[in-house]
Amino acid sequence: MSARVGVVTFPGSLDDRDAGRAITLAGGEYVELWHGDRDLKQVDAVVLPGGFSYGDYLRAGAIARFAPVMDLVVTGALEGLPVLGICNGFQTLCESHLLPGALTRNDHLHFICRDQRLRIEQVNTAWTSDFATGQEIVIPLKNGEGGYVADNRTLDELEAEGRVVARYVDVNPNGSRRDIAGICNAAGNVVGLMPHPEHAVEELTGPTTDGLAFFTAVLKTLVKAS
Amino acid sequence: MARVVVDVMLKPEILDPQGQAVQGALGRLGLTGVTAVRQGKRFEVDLDGQLTDERLADVHRLAESLLSNPVIEDYVLRVEDEATA
Repeated sequence: MSARVGVVTFPGSLDDRDAGRAITLAGGEYVELWHGDRDLKQVDAVVLPGGFSYGDYLRAGAIARFAPVMDLVVTGALEGLPVLGICNGFQTLCESHLLPGALTRNDHLHFICRDQRLRIEQVNTAWTSDFATGQEIVIPLKNGEGGYVADNRTLDELEAEGRVVARYVDVNPNGSRRDIAGICNAAGNVVGLMPHPEHAVEELTGPTTDGLAFFTAVLKTLVKAS
Repeated sequence: MARVVVDVMLKPEILDPQGQAVQGALGRLGLTGVTAVRQGKRFEVDLDGQLTDERLADVHRLAESLLSNPVIEDYVLRVEDEATA
């Protein structure tokens, strides 16, 4: 039986279907989760998708954090449930304090949409174990509030503990401190990533198929754990 | 009825590109001598009945958990006169 990976749909989520499709292509079972439900439907992992939950009102991810389903996601994440937050999902993970720091408006103020080169720096996470350390990938990036900020002590800690999962290569597209594109929690089960791996899983629609490895990785992680 | 006003501002060390863009526009209006503009949010929270210490503490909790993100923002809370509320 294939692993069940849930994708939460908030009001204003955009990329929930693409994330579901990526899970299916990777060989997993896509389970739809609803923001208002207090039910994770026995999923083995959760993706918080990109989009504009609650219209990005207040701050990106600030209201999604208080959605009923998030209580279960946070509790699960603290107990080891693999959780991947992509773009708006990354913002929500930071607002939930599952990951340190915050995402702020791009330093140049423009919404950006481009195929972005990244370097994977940490492969010992639930979501990146199918990459090689230092591997460079190209996946789409699209955000208006993607600048990763944290105080210097937090940034030093993230680097010292190997919790910078991915960095921007060639250009820093949004003013993120230290070119950070993605980070993880200390246990490595929770990963936040600003670019969109779920948009790079098929040759027809993506610049590459580099993104698929995030989803195959978590399925292998789950098989090992069971 | 009472009104509590919560002002939320980005911490001084956090870059505020929106404020900078506003400052840039000031120059185009011919206004000089403005050294910085920073942009924030103002919330007016109206409460019915008496504003007790306990209820004010609730608004503080609201301000620090939802209205502001303490990682990047500070908030200032003040009670407006009941007459103006």
